Amino acid sequence: MTQSAEKIVFRKPESVIDRATHYCPGCHHGVAHRLVGEVLDELGLAENAILIASIGCSVFLYNYLNVDSVEAPHGRAPAVATGVKRARPDKFVFTYQGDGDLASIGMAEIIHAANRGEKVCVVFVNNTVYGMTGGQMAPTTLLGQVTTTSPAGRCMTHEGAPIKMTEIIASLGGTAFAARAALNNVKNIKTAKKYIKKAFEFQLSNTGFGFVELLSACPTNWKMTPVKANERIETEMIPYFPLGVFKDVSDEGGVC
Amino acid sequence: MSRIVVQEDRCKGCLLCTTVCPVGIIVQSDRFNVSGYKVAEVCEADADKCTGCASCAQICPDVAITVYKTPKKKKGE
Ligand SMILES: Cc1ncc(C[n+]2csc(CCOP(=O)(O)OP(=O)(O)O)c2C)c(N)n1
Ligand code: SF4
Ligand code: SF4
Ligand code: SF4
Repeated sequence: MTQSAEKIVFRKPESVIDRATHYCPGCHHGVAHRLVGEVLDELGLAENAILIASIGCSVFLYNYLNVDSVEAPHGRAPAVATGVKRARPDKFVFTYQGDGDLASIGMAEIIHAANRGEKVCVVFVNNTVYGMTGGQMAPTTLLGQVTTTSPAGRCMTHEGAPIKMTEIIASLGGTAFAARAALNNVKNIKTAKKYIKKAFEFQLSNTGFGFVELLSACPTNWKMTPVKANERIETEMIPYFPLGVFKDVSDEGGVC
Repeated sequence: MSRIVVQEDRCKGCLLCTTVCPVGIIVQSDRFNVSGYKVAEVCEADADKCTGCASCAQICPDVAITVYKTPKKKKGE
């Protein structure tokens, strides 16, 4: 068989720092980081980007992505991103937040940043629990899901229904792009990357707020093996949190 | 021929890669890495079956897999 030279078809992106992460085996934060890194590389943004990191297991994101960053604990990342972007509109500004961070204490910040149409992007990792602090119930915890603070399972009458953030963000006037993807298989991972890229491009064209939710596994707090946790995304999360693009102003002719 | 290289000190033995390989050649080895995880590997005997599809690398949360592909020469090259 005649063969030409060997090519590398997959390698770690430049923007992802070459170091081991502190994440548990099978934790999807690693996949999310890699996708963000690839998009930063492909759009040539790393040098000009400012990451607003949050609280949660991804608190050390600034150790893993080779970009300048500001740390904005518990839910305030969209407010800090607003300030950074308004002070330095020449910079590419994005936040990376978990569901405990963004959808509970940070609910006010995320809603108003989106509604104002801040020219920033948000990468939202929804793993249905507070991962870092030991698996407490989050606003996104599914009905019936057992957590340390919902030991009998989340109950509709006591805790309400899990919040669908992407649908809410999509309904706000300043949002240019809002989509939900999952990190559980190759096809969904590729779609997730497409959405992240799209959200980033809406900032580059100064169009409006970009939001991408990533359904992710937290094997440790779900008390599952990584393979079982990955399967749970398909069997339990996607039926409640449908995948797809919920708003794309390029289809609608502008913000508002 | 295509092949993968698993960076063993990064692998956490989550086995997600084993679930997506279309030819089912990735398995857990008997080796532990410095962090105490049993690393994933492709057995020598199966090495030539790799298609270079990179599915394993796409799903690896620890970006531990590099994929190499040798394209077949087209006629006339
Ligand atoms: C004001 C404040 N309250 C509480 C905490 C404790 N705390 C740290 S991380 C966290 C939850 C993070 O969960 P999530 O955003 O879902 O991220 P994950 O760890 O799951 O990735 C909480 C409540 C804090 N850091 N600051
Ligand atoms: S606790 Fe959950 S979210 Fe945190 S690193 Fe472990 S698997 Fe990931
Ligand atoms: S590149 Fe594709 S065929 Fe080769 S080991 Fe990975 S998943 Fe299997
Ligand atoms: S997916 Fe990555 S970390 Fe998990 S077993 Fe395979 S090579 Fe190791």
